[in-house]
Amino acid sequence: MNTSVFFLALRRVRVPLIVLIVIYAVSTLGLTLIPGIDAHGQPTPPMGFFHAFYFVSYTASTIGFGEIPNAFSDAQRMWVTVCIFLSVIGWSYSIISLLGLVQDKGFQQVLMSGRFRRRVRHLGEPFYIVCGCGETGMLIARALDREGIRVVALERDDARVQELELEDFNADILVMCADAAQPLNLLMAGLKHRSCRGVLAITDDDAANLSVAIASRLINPGLMVVARVANPSIERNMMSFGTHYVVNHFEKFADYLAQAIQSPSWFRLVDLLTGLPGQEVSERHDPPVGDWVVCGYGLFGQAVVRNLDRHGVSLTVIAPELHLPVSVRHIVGHGMEAEPLRQAGIESAVGIVAGSDNDTNNLSIAMTAKEINSELFVVVRQNRVANEVLFDAYDADFTMVPSRIVARECMALITSPLLPRFLRHIRAWVDESAATLASQLEELCGHRVPLVWSVRLNASEAPAVHRLLMIAQARVALGILRRDPADRQRSLPLLPLLLVRDGRDQEMPGDDTVLHAGDDLLFAGTRAARFAQNLTLDNQNALDYVVTGDDAQGLLWRCLSPRKRPADGVTRQAG
Amino acid sequence: MLSSYAVANRAASSPALETVPMNLEKVVFGFFIVLAATLNFGFFIGNIDNPVHHHIYELFAAIVVNLIATVLKFGDRTQIGAVHLSTSLVADLQLVAAACVWAIAVHVTGEGMSPDVTTSVVSLSGGALFANVVSVVLLIVETVMLRR
Repeated sequence: MNTSVFFLALRRVRVPLIVLIVIYAVSTLGLTLIPGIDAHGQPTPPMGFFHAFYFVSYTASTIGFGEIPNAFSDAQRMWVTVCIFLSVIGWSYSIISLLGLVQDKGFQQVLMSGRFRRRVRHLGEPFYIVCGCGETGMLIARALDREGIRVVALERDDARVQELELEDFNADILVMCADAAQPLNLLMAGLKHRSCRGVLAITDDDAANLSVAIASRLINPGLMVVARVANPSIERNMMSFGTHYVVNHFEKFADYLAQAIQSPSWFRLVDLLTGLPGQEVSERHDPPVGDWVVCGYGLFGQAVVRNLDRHGVSLTVIAPELHLPVSVRHIVGHGMEAEPLRQAGIESAVGIVAGSDNDTNNLSIAMTAKEINSELFVVVRQNRVANEVLFDAYDADFTMVPSRIVARECMALITSPLLPRFLRHIRAWVDESAATLASQLEELCGHRVPLVWSVRLNASEAPAVHRLLMIAQARVALGILRRDPADRQRSLPLLPLLLVRDGRDQEMPGDDTVLHAGDDLLFAGTRAARFAQNLTLDNQNALDYVVTGDDAQGLLWRCLSPRKRPADGVTRQAG
Repeated sequence: MLSSYAVANRAASSPALETVPMNLEKVVFGFFIVLAATLNFGFFIGNIDNPVHHHIYELFAAIVVNLIATVLKFGDRTQIGAVHLSTSLVADLQLVAAACVWAIAVHVTGEGMSPDVTTSVVSLSGGALFANVVSVVLLIVETVMLRR
């Protein structure tokens, strides 16, 4: 791309350069033909080429040393006047065409994409490509940035790109105004870069996401691909060619809602584990069991009906469409009006879902319904983050914000790939055990959303522990990883959730579980706990201290002090 | 020209357009390349150490035309365009070196156009002539390729 900028510039300066050369040549030539005059008024032969060129050089560049070497004759002065005007015109023309080139939109585009490509190429640390930096993309970019993961973003809208560039990020976010659906732009964003970890296709256009997903699968099959989708048929299409994760926010929310009605504690736990870490835990709202009313039968309405139906919740749909599947109890009308709501039995219902694609209508539905039945549990769908103020003021029991849901899912997938696995397991749990775990976590993290992270016991992620396991052949218990490396008597505010070994999962592993090299572990806890644990995993001395209680010693002291006894939690194997 | 090469090539390959239409850009391009070579040759020809045979105005004209020919070759990304540009740059370098030798001999050291100086100026321009001949050959090759 650099060379193309260079050649483009060269082609544009062709005419100005030729004009300059001609002007210089004509001026010099003229001066070598016109006779001069000496101090006594006698004519002298004309200047040589050397002096003529010297004179033209300093005159044309407006330095103007004067008439050197001798005072000029009148004929020479006449010619020099012509030369001065010619050269001024020539230089102005050249400078104007250069400025025009710099301001040219196409040229700037080429320049920008060249710089973007270069910066992406020089990225040394792992990064994710975020396609589409709308509300969702912004949330994800910010969250990734907080985690210390670099982001390369593609966004079609020029105004959004400029907004992004003004945002305050820890590390520079590389953003480019380009259509992510074009494979070439994806390549430019580093699709084949060795540090690229994954592609997040989260534009609000299903078709664009589909083409990003296909392009990524074809060009770099090793990458993790997460795609956002709203339409079930496109979702099936994506799954068919092996997109790793498809986030359908409508389906996801509907599923959570249905699960929450069935098993409130389960939902509480999921909410804790997938929330944005560090935020205040939201107040508990358990959706009640009973009759529900759903307003709107778009993609979201259909997903809600499908999921609630599956859990045997009886419901009535209010939608302006005349023909709905016969299995759905259906009132034709708009939920903003009281009459259809009454027909749908709002007085006896326990909850309402305001799920149209218009925020104002949704709020109107919710308020009208609440007027009629003040006991209602209200779920509203918020389409635009910009309307947050309104929804905050209304304060529904549940607010469904698509961009939040997608952002949370994506973050969970990136920062803790084991989490979806764990969430699948706890679906089978009884409500009480989920409740216990949820309250334990809340207690540990001081009523804030815990951080969830994965650890793999290998040489790169946990060098100290890996060494101890592989070289010293020691038996290390899981409890070691829960001790504070500053004071080994204290345990860190974290909980092990899942242990994966050779494809077999162990939920909630106990402290005495023996660790093996290559184990995958999932933890939840505070950010501080994670850093402390990281120290134990990385640092030989910290690990020694946690294991034995001895502080780090130099070589000399190690020789002088008596041999260490094997400490609790670790036993060295004979031989 | 070099950009029009692709266009002309496409036209030649389509059966409906048998002849390539004359192109003013090509005329100018060819004109300057050939003129650069002829002027250079005019300066070069003659006894190598006889300043009378090598007029300095001819050297001046050769330098100016060569510079213009170089600029005309800017911005072509094809292989043949790159070679064109490099031959022109070589010719420029040689001719400017010749002019420098002349300027130093005549104006700085005051030696004047002695047979020694004349010989070195003319031989430098001879090198440039060779580069210019390569340029002309390339031009001919390109033309022949197009007409095929």
